[in-house]
Amino acid sequence: MSLLATHNLSAYYGDFQALFGIDLTVEEGETIAIIGANGAGKTTFLRAVAGALASEPDMVEYDGQSIGQHTPHELVRLGIAMVPEGRRLFPSLTVEENLALGGYCGRPGPWSLKRVYDLFPVLLELRNLPAPSLSGGQQQMAAIGRALMCNPRLLLCDELSLGLAPVVIQNIYDCLGAITAEGTTVIIVEQDIRRAIEASSRFYCFQEGRIGLTAAKDGFDQEAITAAYFGL
Amino acid sequence: MMDWVNILVQGCLLGGLYGLFAIGLSLSFGIMRLVNIAHGDLIVLSAYVAMIVVEFTGLDPITGLLVILPTMFLFGYALQRGLLNFTLEGGLLPPLLVTFGISVIIQNGLLLSFGAYTHRLKLGAIETQSIVFPGDMSVGVFPLITFGVAVLSIGGLQLLFYKTALGRAFRAVSDDADTAELLGINKRHLFALAMAIAMAFTALAAVLFAIRTNFDPAAGPIRLILAFEAVIIGGLGNIWGTLIGGIVLGLAQAVGAALSPTWQILAGHLAFIVILIIRPSGLFPRTRD
Amino acid sequence: MSQVQIERGTRASRIFSMAAVIALLGLVALPWWGGPGDMRLAAEMAYYLALAMLWNLLAGYAGLVSVGQQAFIGLGAYAFFYLTSSLGVHVYGAMALAGPFAGLISIPVAFVVFRLRGHYFAIGTWVVAEIFALGASLIEELGAGSGMSLTPAIVRQVSSSRDGRETLEYWMSLGICTIIFAVVYIILRSRQGLALTAIRDSEPASGSLGVNVFRTKLFIYVATATCTGLVGSLIFLQKLRLSPEAGFSVNDWTVVVIFMVVVGGIGTIEGPIIGMLIYILLRELFADFGSLYLILMGVIAVAIMLKAPGGVWGLISERYNLHLFPISRRLMRDETAAARDKSEASDK
Repeated sequence: MSLLATHNLSAYYGDFQALFGIDLTVEEGETIAIIGANGAGKTTFLRAVAGALASEPDMVEYDGQSIGQHTPHELVRLGIAMVPEGRRLFPSLTVEENLALGGYCGRPGPWSLKRVYDLFPVLLELRNLPAPSLSGGQQQMAAIGRALMCNPRLLLCDELSLGLAPVVIQNIYDCLGAITAEGTTVIIVEQDIRRAIEASSRFYCFQEGRIGLTAAKDGFDQEAITAAYFGL
Repeated sequence: MMDWVNILVQGCLLGGLYGLFAIGLSLSFGIMRLVNIAHGDLIVLSAYVAMIVVEFTGLDPITGLLVILPTMFLFGYALQRGLLNFTLEGGLLPPLLVTFGISVIIQNGLLLSFGAYTHRLKLGAIETQSIVFPGDMSVGVFPLITFGVAVLSIGGLQLLFYKTALGRAFRAVSDDADTAELLGINKRHLFALAMAIAMAFTALAAVLFAIRTNFDPAAGPIRLILAFEAVIIGGLGNIWGTLIGGIVLGLAQAVGAALSPTWQILAGHLAFIVILIIRPSGLFPRTRD
Repeated sequence: MSQVQIERGTRASRIFSMAAVIALLGLVALPWWGGPGDMRLAAEMAYYLALAMLWNLLAGYAGLVSVGQQAFIGLGAYAFFYLTSSLGVHVYGAMALAGPFAGLISIPVAFVVFRLRGHYFAIGTWVVAEIFALGASLIEELGAGSGMSLTPAIVRQVSSSRDGRETLEYWMSLGICTIIFAVVYIILRSRQGLALTAIRDSEPASGSLGVNVFRTKLFIYVATATCTGLVGSLIFLQKLRLSPEAGFSVNDWTVVVIFMVVVGGIGTIEGPIIGMLIYILLRELFADFGSLYLILMGVIAVAIMLKAPGGVWGLISERYNLHLFPISRRLMRDETAAARDKSEASDK
C-alpha cells in the first residue's frame, strides 16, 4: 500500500479550477519531485494534500485513510507536515520559538530541538533572535526545522530554492539526505528541474493542472521534460 | 499641592479598573483581529451573572468569582466557537455587525429580564475603608486592590504569552493563523480559548466594577468606549500599553473631575482625541504589525 | 462587427420607476386620505429611510463604517434650536443652516477619525459623538443637561393650525427624503460613485489608478454629515424638545439605522427601503412587548450577516435577477446587431 495516493484529485479556487484529475502515488520512504512552470498547480497540489484546500474525501488517501476533508491541523497529527512556500516563519517569535511551535502537537519521533540544531548548527547561534532578522537561507533552514519538529512521516517541501543563492540552495539540499535517512517520505516541489530530479528518485511534471509526464530519475530524456514543462 | 498628588493617585488607581476593562478587548484584537463592539455589554452581562451567582449561593462577590470566572470562561469559548469564528473571514463588516447585534441583544435582553433598575454588588466594610498615608493622603483600600489585580492580571498574561507553549501558539496564530494550522494548531479552538480567557478577565473586571459603581442594562456602551480608548492610547497589541492607556485615561478623568465634576468623562475623551492627533498609533505601539 | 452598448436600466427598473412615481404621488396625497397617526408614522418612515440611505452611502459604498452619525443629528438639531430660539432666525432659514453647520463641523472631525482604520474608525466616530453630547450638556446657552424646547411662537412659524403644521411637516419629511434619495442616487451614478466602489473594494489599488482616496472619502463624509444634520433639524422640529441624550442617541439614530441597512442589504439602493419597512413592521407588531423588537432585529441582523451578507434584497435580486435602481453599468450586446452579424456570416 502506498503512503499517499491521490485519485482523480481536482481542486478549485472559487470558480477557478486549478487541478484536473491528478493521480499520483508515493511509497513510504520515497523522495519524489513535482516540477512544472509557474501556475502548473504544484503548490495547489501540496495544499490539497496538507488539507489547506478541501477536496472530496476519497480524492486523497494517506496511509489507507481518506483525508480529503481533514483540516491541516488534524493531518499534522497524522504525520503530514509542510514547509510552506516563502518559509512563512512567525515574525513575532524567536527562531527557537518558531522551532518549538513545530513540536506543539507532540508527535513522538526522532526529531527534537537538539537534533534540528545538529542538522543546522547555525540556528543554534541565532536561536534567540527574532525570525525576520535571519537571512533567507537561514529562514529556510528554520522553516525546515520547524516542520521536522512535527516528526512527520510525509514532509511536503514547497519551493525550497525560492529566492536563494545557488550555494545556499546546495547547502539546504545536502541536508535532505539526513531527513530521508530517518525513513521520512518527502515530496519536493521545485521550479528548478535539475535540482529537483537530483534529489529525488522519481518525478512528476505538472502542466496546467494535469500530469504531463512522470518518470524515474534515469528514465527520461531532456526533450520530453522540456515538452512537458513548457507544453510545447 | 497635596490635593494634586491625591488627585493623581486616585486617577492612577481608577486607570487600573479601565485597564482591566480593556484586557478582553485587547486580547481579542491582538489574537483574532476582532474588535468586539459587544465588549461593554459583556462586562455588564458578567456583572448580572455575578449578581445572580451571589444571590443564589449566598457567597460574597469575591468568593463568588470561583463560580463566575469559570462560567464566563465557558461562555466566551462557546461564543467564539459557535458564532464569532464564522465572522472572521469575510472582511470588516461581519465581525463588526455581528458583535453590534450581540450588543443590542444583550442590552435589551437584560432590560426585559431585569428592568432598568440599577444594581450593585456588596462586599461589606472594605468598600469604604481607606489607608491614610503621611501627608494626610487617604487612599481607598478597594481601588488599591483593583489596581493590584490589574497589574497582576497583566503580569500573568505576560507570563502566559512569553513563557508557555500555549502563549507561543497564541502569538503564532496572531501572526499567521493559516501557517499555524499547518503546524498542528487548531485555530478555531485557539481563538475560542482566547475569547474564553478574555471573558474571564472581563468577568473579573465586571465584579470589581460592580462593587465600586452601580450598573444597569445601559451601562455597557460607555465601558466599551473606555476600554477602547485605553487600548488605542496604549498602542494596539501591547498588553502593558493597555494598562498604561487605562492609567492615562484615569488621570485625565481625575484632573477633569477636579476642575468640575461634570468634566470627568469629557476630559478622558479629550485626552484620547489629543493622543490620537499627536500619536495616531498610541503611546507604545507594537514594533511590528 | 458586433454592436455593444452599455446599459444601466432594465425592463424591471423602468416598470418599477413608473410604479414608484405613482406611489410617491399617493404619499404626497396622504393628508387627504390618511389620519394624523398615519402621517406621523409615514414621516418617521421617511426620515428613517433618509438616514438609512445616508449610512448605506457611507458604509456600504465608501467603506466608512461609522457608528457616530448621531453626532450630526444632534449637531443639526442643536443648531436649529439655537438659531430659532436664541437668535430669532425663521424656522426655514434655521433648517437651511442646520445641515451646512453639521457639514462644517464634520470636516475637522474627519481629519481626526480618518486616522483610525476599520473597526477603530467605527468606535472612534462614536467617541466623537459622545464628546459632542457631553459638550452640549455643559453649555448653559443650550440648556445644559436638560436641553431646550421650541416655544409656541416658533412652532407657529410653520403654520398657525395644528393640522396645517402636521401636514407641512409631513411633506417636509417626504420632500427631504426624496431629495436625499436623489442626491445619493446621483452620487452613486457619477464618477465619484465609481471611485467609491473602487475604494471600498481595494483602497491601495484605487489609489494607484488615480482615485484621490482621501478627497473622495472626505467628500462623502461631509456630504452625509450635511444631509444628516438637515434630517436632525427636521426630526426635532417634530419632537419639539431636544436634550443631549435624545439628540445624540446612538441607539435611535445609528443602531436601528445600521440594522435597517444590514437586514435590507448593505451596498444596494433597494436594501435600505426594505430594511426600513422590516424595522417599522417589527416595531409595530411587537409594540406591546417592550424592546423585544430590538432583540429580534439584532437576531435577524446577526443571522443575515452570517448566512446572507447581501441582506433580504440580496436574496431577492439573486433569485429573480432584479435591479430596480440601476447604478451599475451593464454591457449589453445589441440583439439586432448580433442577428445581423450572424446573417452576414452565413452569407459568406
